[in-house]
Amino acid sequence: MDLDLNELEVVCRDLYVRALKILPPDIKAGFSDLQARETSATGRAILGTMVENVAVAERTQNILCQDTGIPIYNLVIGRNVAFDGAGLKAAIRRGCERATKEHSLRSSVVHPITRQNEQTSCGIRVPIIHVDFDARDETVSVEMIPKGSGSENGSFLQMLLPSDGINAVKRFVIDRVIELGGRVCPPTIVGVGIGGTSDLCMHLAKIAATRPLRSACADEDGARIEAELSRAVNELGIGPQGLGGRSTSFAVHVEIAATHITQNPVAVNIQCHSARRARATLTPGGISFD
Amino acid sequence: MAHHVLDMPIDAGHARALRIGDTVTLRKTLFGIRDATLIHMFDRDRRTRLDLVGHAVIHTAPNVHRVEPSEAAPVGYAPFCIGTTTSMRMERFTDALMDREGVRLIVGKGGMGPETLKAFAERGGAYLAIVGGAAALETTWIETIVDVDMDDLHPESLWQFAIRDFGPLLVGMDSHGGSLFADVQRDVASRRDAVIASLGAAR
Repeated sequence: MDLDLNELEVVCRDLYVRALKILPPDIKAGFSDLQARETSATGRAILGTMVENVAVAERTQNILCQDTGIPIYNLVIGRNVAFDGAGLKAAIRRGCERATKEHSLRSSVVHPITRQNEQTSCGIRVPIIHVDFDARDETVSVEMIPKGSGSENGSFLQMLLPSDGINAVKRFVIDRVIELGGRVCPPTIVGVGIGGTSDLCMHLAKIAATRPLRSACADEDGARIEAELSRAVNELGIGPQGLGGRSTSFAVHVEIAATHITQNPVAVNIQCHSARRARATLTPGGISFD
Repeated sequence: MAHHVLDMPIDAGHARALRIGDTVTLRKTLFGIRDATLIHMFDRDRRTRLDLVGHAVIHTAPNVHRVEPSEAAPVGYAPFCIGTTTSMRMERFTDALMDREGVRLIVGKGGMGPETLKAFAERGGAYLAIVGGAAALETTWIETIVDVDMDDLHPESLWQFAIRDFGPLLVGMDSHGGSLFADVQRDVASRRDAVIASLGAAR
């Protein structure tokens, strides 16, 4: 299969807009679960408004949240796919820029020093592009995540010591969730990275924060810790928007990587309740959107 | 728990009548403001020609369409998606915003801190919590973009919106030292040790 870069450009444009408009089904189901358990009157009212907003966005063809985020594209390329790598990166960038201009999206991306906004949602090293490979034949999947920044500002890394143990990792997560309170637009998905190097640990936290609900960490010990932390954060009482209640988070997700004998890294990255993502799959048979 | 319908602008007396837990519907006018707007206004001493005295500001930077100027779009902008950003980043500007520009109410998400609470108590103001991330719904409460200033900062310009029944909003902080956010934070702090203790010890 030859990857058609013009087609990829259009897919990247459309995925950005789809992600901004349609909340993934697992997050919608997550809202139903939280509504069933929420006991605070304020919390229930806020969850009700959030669910109403999802319906209003679909009915009025509007985007869910004003924050168009930092655009992230995650590509997974299977076997027997031919492509021009530099052309692929350029096509993704053009798709991102076209979404912004053709749909009049707010460009939320600025130069970090001059704060200049090019009004394209693009800038130096943005959109963020990750490319990975798997064993599927003639298949390319593209995931687009407009990462909202109220929650992205809730990011932390701590290089703990091996002697601090895993209990210090858990305490770190709980204390950061407390510190953030309502600022990160709860109910959230708390992404936790454990292990790796400092940069990999932070990246693991982002993978965890953007993983679908009702999925589990592939590692048994990681899965046990995420189940434990998922229960614990919802006993803190932070609640929707930090105004009290049980629904602080949809879930805590953990992703892990092997680390150095001297290290015990933990990272936290938060996803807000507008946990937007969209995915398309390209095969010789055509394009399908999830 | 009273409900207040406020035709903006208001005076200090109206602002002081608001108590945490009350709800508010705003009418007529609302201004949009955020990080860059405030940095330029107060750190770089830029002045706006818009009159904010007695008004409410919302922490926002909207998605807009550029259109031909008309009665529905006096400055050539039509609202597309208008939502709310996290307020806490703007904490250090509240007092100056009230003192120099005469702002009375702040609409935002996530709450603000002690400096803001102090400014509300001294000058008569309140924080109205909106549901963050519910921008599609919020947009239906906006009628027109009436004016815009400092648009070189686009989208972080100073926006003037005409609104219809904007709310209900929850009074999250008032001019009597009350803060629902601080109340929840105290409650959360009191639960922290028990939650930590409930976590299984490492093998």
